[in-house]
Amino acid sequence: MIEFKNWAARALVSAVAAIGLTGAAHAWEPTKPVEFVVPAGTGGGADQMARFIQGIVAKNKLMEQPLVVVNKSGGAGAEGFLEVKGAKGNPHKIIITLSNLFTTPLATGVPFNWRDLTPGAMLALDQFVLWVNADAPYKTAKEYIDDIKAKPASTFKMAGTGSKQEDQIITAMIDKATGKKIIYVPFKGGGDVAVQLVGGHVNSTVNNPIEAEAHWRGGKLRPLCIMDTEKLNYTDKVTDTQSWADIPTCKSAGVPIEYLMLRGIFLAPGVTQEQVDFYVNLFKKVRETPEWADFMKKGAFKQTFMSGKEFADWVGKTEAMHYGLMKDAGFLAK
Amino acid sequence: MDELNNLMHGFSVAMTLPNLGFMVLGVTLGILIGVLPGLGGANGIAILLPLTFSMDQTSAIIMLSCIYWGALFGGAITSILFNIPGEPWSVATTFDGYPMAQQGRAGAALTAAFTSSFVGAFFAVLLITFLAPLVARFALKFGAAEMFAVQMLTFCSFVGMSKEPPAKTLAVMALGFALAAVGMDTVTGTLRMTYGVTELLKGFDFLIAVIGLFGIGEILLTMEEGLAFKGKSAKIQLDVVLKTWAELLRYWKTSIRSVLVGCWMGVTPGGATPASFMAYGLARRGAKDKDSFGKGNIEGVVAPETAAHAAGTSALLPMLTLGIPGSPTAAVLLGGLLIWGLQPGPLLFTEKPDFVWGLIASMYLGNIVGLIIVLTTVPWWAAILRIPFSVIGPIIIVICAIGAYTVHSSIFDVVMMLVFGVFGYLFKKLRYPLAPLVLALVLGDMAESSFRQSMLLSQGSLDIFWANPLVGGLMALSFVMLLWPIVPVLKHQLRRRT
Repeated sequence: MIEFKNWAARALVSAVAAIGLTGAAHAWEPTKPVEFVVPAGTGGGADQMARFIQGIVAKNKLMEQPLVVVNKSGGAGAEGFLEVKGAKGNPHKIIITLSNLFTTPLATGVPFNWRDLTPGAMLALDQFVLWVNADAPYKTAKEYIDDIKAKPASTFKMAGTGSKQEDQIITAMIDKATGKKIIYVPFKGGGDVAVQLVGGHVNSTVNNPIEAEAHWRGGKLRPLCIMDTEKLNYTDKVTDTQSWADIPTCKSAGVPIEYLMLRGIFLAPGVTQEQVDFYVNLFKKVRETPEWADFMKKGAFKQTFMSGKEFADWVGKTEAMHYGLMKDAGFLAK
Repeated sequence: MDELNNLMHGFSVAMTLPNLGFMVLGVTLGILIGVLPGLGGANGIAILLPLTFSMDQTSAIIMLSCIYWGALFGGAITSILFNIPGEPWSVATTFDGYPMAQQGRAGAALTAAFTSSFVGAFFAVLLITFLAPLVARFALKFGAAEMFAVQMLTFCSFVGMSKEPPAKTLAVMALGFALAAVGMDTVTGTLRMTYGVTELLKGFDFLIAVIGLFGIGEILLTMEEGLAFKGKSAKIQLDVVLKTWAELLRYWKTSIRSVLVGCWMGVTPGGATPASFMAYGLARRGAKDKDSFGKGNIEGVVAPETAAHAAGTSALLPMLTLGIPGSPTAAVLLGGLLIWGLQPGPLLFTEKPDFVWGLIASMYLGNIVGLIIVLTTVPWWAAILRIPFSVIGPIIIVICAIGAYTVHSSIFDVVMMLVFGVFGYLFKKLRYPLAPLVLALVLGDMAESSFRQSMLLSQGSLDIFWANPLVGGLMALSFVMLLWPIVPVLKHQLRRRT
């Protein structure tokens, strides 16, 4: 009898497993190529990440159908968002987001909100670092901030990507913290911005780590502080003496600024839960590859993963935060 | 002579049989991409990039950069044969290349274009090989004010070129600036002239305007002349290459000047398109017989092609040494470098010598391979003109439509292309010059941002344009260029009085 019970239990287990397996085999899968919309130009951070994911998916055969990256950068990304918004119920269109998910509709009044899309998953968060030229006298964020406070307003110049977007929002936060206006000069891409600082045309930038890493390693730029609640945990040396983990937080340096940029995936409105699950699983698999781990390390990303309600709540909170920040800075569309 | 040793090592990396195979494959794909208007090198490389992830890094970058060379070569083909620039930097090539083809000299025009492309690229590669660190430091000097000065110089070297009345030139240029202003304004982050129309958010793409104005406009004109059009009597001479080469030697001055303009614009990063316009403008100014330009002067093909290739090639230099892409294609290649785990920047040369010198060696080889491929195909390309218009006309329209669609994957752009086509036809009928419109459309946006960035930096003071010898020199040179056409007139006036 014991043997029989054991056998029955085993049979039951395998039957359940079999149902589970067939269930999985019948789960939704893309039936044609999936369009991966990038609401930014070629060569930028979002574009690099999207193309990198495309490469991982193709190389590791994570999906039967190909993933095709399409850039829709018009109107600070509004073009891409409106396209996905308009593709109601189409499961073959996904979009990668950056902060322009919030800033573009708020600054331009383009009729679009993240609630018009179906939240998929958060892939990672991108950090912001305050950089100065290596020849500048400032060794710490405090020295730099004290100098801004000591000099008249509009003495210091900050280069950043785009207008009324994340870089300018952070600049406005620094204005608020120091009580002095900093001149903000917008450029088209993060690479250009870093080079403006290397060339000494501006005093500082708030480049993402990946945009300025090479110049730091080459001894041209110096990181002062990172705009997060805690330090990064990448301890491999970038320069001879320093690693990402050695950069203090801006808060500890007396500038209470925290800002992280979402790198997440959204789907078209009106898709089924099954379709959302497929993509959430796909990106979980992408995150497990060694290539992804290397990419995260190179760009010093914060590797937070979220999906479902947790993700939607986070996006809702972040939107409210952007509204507040942009309202304070006077960036809202009239 | 470390560079020579490194380069020899690079050749040993690039010369392996599979790598040579990838080169031929890349160049051939690139030519096809260049021929299709709108597809463009940047798009082509972006599409093919993921395919290379499973390849060896060096082979992958060799193939991708060869696609880049191929696209640079291929862009000239449709400009000369059909007046449709396959790439933005081929617009200036149409000015004299198309009239040459109309006169039955398509073979000579193609040979001139390909050979000049090779010369431009070759000198730019020499520059990369021996002067990379030095040139990289020069590029860093370019802030917003210096960029504006360069754009100003491009405009000024081109102004006064048109034989049409200045009022007409100004009118179309203003129209070009207005079109360039549509869409997102980078400096204030607000939308301009979109009137709530979603399709206008992305503004008017230069390529769509060019495909419509030149390609479709030309077809409408030909149709008006009558569909009995039998095709050009393009004689196919196999020795056309050698004959043209003998002729080209006479234009060595133009070549050198265009190489300099191209290298400089590629490094700064002004880009290949302004370089081609500037070189064309300078060639016309330097020529004795100014009126023959625009009517099929071979020098008008040599200048823009040399400069475009020199710029396109040297645009890779700031990408490798600083991590700033000098062109959209370079931007996509930059993404590729990052994916392969290579961080472009000052240290790439010391950290990954195999990769960098393999790439540089492949630039030499890729260009030679490209030149051989395109030159052997010259008679075939020229033979396309013998196909009757009633057959080739519809095919061109289809290719134009595909090209316009590919730029942003949008049907609206195809409609816009047709609208631009009608305008192109009307402008030609009413004798409005198209070149200033195109120049304003391609440079207007950039010049505006640079100017306003400078104004932000200087807090509204124009002194920033004279703040250092570099920017001051560029501005002074611009004004000299601007006023140059008046000099002969003034001389004439003075002589009259005395």
